[in-house]
Amino acid sequence: MKEIMDLQLYQLVAAYVFILILLAIVKLRKMDHEKEIIIATIRMTIQLVLVGYLLNYIFQQNNYLFTIVVIFIMEVFAVYNIYQRVNSKINFKLKRVIAVSMFSGTLISILFFLLVVINLEPWYYSRYFIPISGMLIGNSMTGISLGVQRLISGVKENRDQIEAALMLGVTPKQATKDIVNQAFSSAILPTVNSMMGMGIIFLPGMMTGQILSGVSPLLAIRYQIAIMMGIAGSVSLTIVIFIYLGYRTFFNERAQLNIK
Amino acid sequence: MFSLREVKFKDVLDIDKLELSAEQVSCIVGPSGGGKTTLLKLLNNLVSVDQGQVLYQNKDVEAWDPIELRRKIIMLSQQPITFSNTIQEELEIAFKMICEDAPKKEQLIKILDQMQLNKKLSTKVERLSGGEKQRLSLARGLLLNPEVLLLDEPSSALDRDTEELVIKQLVKYAQKNNITLVMVTHSLNIAHQFGDEIIEIKGGKIAN
Repeated sequence: MKEIMDLQLYQLVAAYVFILILLAIVKLRKMDHEKEIIIATIRMTIQLVLVGYLLNYIFQQNNYLFTIVVIFIMEVFAVYNIYQRVNSKINFKLKRVIAVSMFSGTLISILFFLLVVINLEPWYYSRYFIPISGMLIGNSMTGISLGVQRLISGVKENRDQIEAALMLGVTPKQATKDIVNQAFSSAILPTVNSMMGMGIIFLPGMMTGQILSGVSPLLAIRYQIAIMMGIAGSVSLTIVIFIYLGYRTFFNERAQLNIK
Repeated sequence: MFSLREVKFKDVLDIDKLELSAEQVSCIVGPSGGGKTTLLKLLNNLVSVDQGQVLYQNKDVEAWDPIELRRKIIMLSQQPITFSNTIQEELEIAFKMICEDAPKKEQLIKILDQMQLNKKLSTKVERLSGGEKQRLSLARGLLLNPEVLLLDEPSSALDRDTEELVIKQLVKYAQKNNITLVMVTHSLNIAHQFGDEIIEIKGGKIAN
């Protein structure tokens, strides 16, 4: 039996039958989503083809500059994505805090994971560096988006309570303690919940990918366990930095609440 | 104790000069929207003046550490805000938040009694009426033993008889413990009965 089963172009084309079925259902039920489905399918195909060729090129070059540039682009897109995802208006100070916490939290976690846990040789080995960084950055982005949303809505909804605490001589840190804790929980819970179901409810994408490409399931789970630890660490570190700096943006230097 | 000099705050307040004396009861009266609450917030440094100076003990409030200042000058808002489940937790919460030891149970019971709130310490705060919450919030403020207590309509949710009784007890407690009271009130009767000085604010200016 072959270890890796190649996927021919005609086989890939056959997979589009699923989209045709979806389109037929949507049309039959008059749900008016055909355009979105077609655009999404085309976009996904083009994006993945491009990224496939790009990664192929970068992996062949295996140059540390390429690796650094790709990581930087991923970070910038992740930060921009957080700004877009959060429904509330974010002021400049908070935007700066989001960027600082994303860059510092994920980069520290990526470097620790790759250089200490995986012990990557050379340190910029792009075949490992880029996909693993992508997973840590992507999950941290999701976590921090939820944390930002919860922090902003928490401060706005509890404005009177925070102000009442300040009136009693309580510090901004203490006055927002519960809100900050809730923001931390909402950021970290999706990661914790996905760890709960992992292996039973679903097989994680990275592990499935490794198994399909011929890696022993025992090695694949080792990587998966390690990456989950890395993700949990990266999300926690990013959100801790964000919260530590973020709650302060709602107060001025006179410990006065400065939201409208 | 407090001196305000040429104070301006947005379009809300414009006060040339105002002196508030220590260990007295100062009542601030006037129509709604006149700037009474904003004046209290300026004294507590919850907001800062655009122009002029607010002095506390001859030192600009902006020169004080804001947290240290607010521990000396406590403000209670008109809508009583509660933070906890039970009356006991509510009375202790401010001490927890400022990392100090809470008073003993006997002291908690005594202050509730003085504020005419005859409830058990284990009573759930959510079961209290607006007036009861207002008295609980007063008790919580007094327990912190401030130098000044700024009260924004402290008896707005109380009926007239309870209002007089509670304010009377409050003033008595304040006099006994050398606490300065600055009280915004809608009731001229309360102001005349308990106020050592009465300041009327209309359209952001001192009217008397």
